[in-house]
Amino acid sequence: MCAMLSVNNLSISFGGLRAVDDFNIEIEKGELYGLIGPNGAGKTTVFNLLTGVYRPDEGRIFLEDRNITGLDTVEINKAGIARTFQNIRLFKDLSVLDNVKIGLHNIFTYPTISGILRLSSYFRIEKEMDERALELLKVFDLEKEKDSFAKNLPYGKQRKLEIARALATGPKLLLLDEPAAGMNPNETGELMDTIRFVRDEFDMTILLIEHDMKLVSGICEKLSVLNFGSVLSRGKTSEVLNDPEVIAAYLG
Amino acid sequence: MLNFLTYFVNGISLGSIYAIIALGYTMVYGIAKMLNFAHGDVIMIGSYIIYTSMVTWGLDPLLSIVIAAAGCTVLGIVTEKVAYKPLRGAASSLAVLITAIGVSYLLQNLALLIFTANPKSFSSVVSWDGISLAGGELKIQGVTIITIITSLIVLLALQTFIKKTKQGQAMVAVSEDKGAAALMGINVNKTISLTFAIGSGLAAIAGALLCSAYPNLTPYTGAMPGIKAFVAAVLGGIGSIPGAMIGGLLLGIIESLSKRYISTQLSDAIVFSILIIVLLVRPTGLLGKKVQEKV
Repeated sequence: MCAMLSVNNLSISFGGLRAVDDFNIEIEKGELYGLIGPNGAGKTTVFNLLTGVYRPDEGRIFLEDRNITGLDTVEINKAGIARTFQNIRLFKDLSVLDNVKIGLHNIFTYPTISGILRLSSYFRIEKEMDERALELLKVFDLEKEKDSFAKNLPYGKQRKLEIARALATGPKLLLLDEPAAGMNPNETGELMDTIRFVRDEFDMTILLIEHDMKLVSGICEKLSVLNFGSVLSRGKTSEVLNDPEVIAAYLG
Repeated sequence: MLNFLTYFVNGISLGSIYAIIALGYTMVYGIAKMLNFAHGDVIMIGSYIIYTSMVTWGLDPLLSIVIAAAGCTVLGIVTEKVAYKPLRGAASSLAVLITAIGVSYLLQNLALLIFTANPKSFSSVVSWDGISLAGGELKIQGVTIITIITSLIVLLALQTFIKKTKQGQAMVAVSEDKGAAALMGINVNKTISLTFAIGSGLAAIAGALLCSAYPNLTPYTGAMPGIKAFVAAVLGGIGSIPGAMIGGLLLGIIESLSKRYISTQLSDAIVFSILIIVLLVRPTGLLGKKVQEKV
């Protein structure tokens, strides 16, 4: 049985800057894994490499036993990686329901022509998509807002909707980029419950970037610490957080 | 008064044609973030296809339009694949713009080569004479009425397609955030192809209506309406579909009325002056969204 995600010696440079240097990670199925590090350490760059936004200069990425290195974003999404964004990137002018339906596009298909001519397959598939999207919205307690524009949702709900949209694509591995950014302690507490719930309910493997140490120490089972593009420390959360090198990197 | 009404209705009809062409500009701009200056020439190619199948092959007008729409759709997809797609992302947006101008000249000169510069007299695809109102004082031509109705149908169908089908929703998603759409599994290239296909198909319909109203077909037929439709799209707010419709109608009405009341020669100058004034007052156009600068 191989790991859900294993990354070997991943590197990328922008100009002279080695943004990610010899990055390794191994995440088992069902794990809640945290990626932490100071600002500019290369955490989001790692996410962009994993999702195919950037192509790595070196290294290989395996999702279970499949080598997904160098695939483009759509194929990687199909292979089973979905993500959220540090600065929320919902489709603001689409309704909440339609945002989730966008995530379902790869799973439900019908030819363009049946959409133009309104053939029966169009109605059938659109109905199935609506039902599936509604189920997801219910899980995140968003079904009341299904018809409002995504841009009109309060901040915390926008974060939830991003997770719902990512889950709609049917991933095996969910990447969350600073899910608690800009949240107050109450919202963060609620988010921690949501993330645990997603892991248990959807049988999901989750890798998250976070600065909020309360969230990280509260829900992550394992951690990797990134500093200047390379891995400073990795292992069990409690051990990593007590590593003197990690403390030094954080507190300078 | 009747005179005014005649020119007003003609203006709406002309504006409807501009609107259908402007839809092509605005959709492609909204989704691929490029100005397809060859769009006007797709209209011309579509008109030649209709001319050939109606006059040379003697086919039914409606069937000819279907053939032209299919031909233009293919033309749109092919130009996008061959000329624009390789430049997407890597090159500056200026490179795509210049390429589009190149494609425009290529299409014009191809038409010149195949059909020669001699104007072809286009026979109207509408055989209906129209209606007379106010005891024969006010005559509205059939093609005028058909044009207005067609453009309304096109607008409604397009809006429904975009709002109600997953391909349409993918277009909205790509126009808002290409990167996020791709990460959610939307095939961006396919969506852009579809946009070009729809825009070019509409161009064929616009060509049929345009040449029925102004039956003089040359390789340069598409150029001026193309530019004016572009003005209409900018006037209404480029990227906005209702904006294209409103911009097109306004432009047509202004052009028609200034021909009647001010001067035939000056009408084009007036149209373009209005563009300049609107842009000075509202740089995003009438229905355009304000672009928020990220701080």
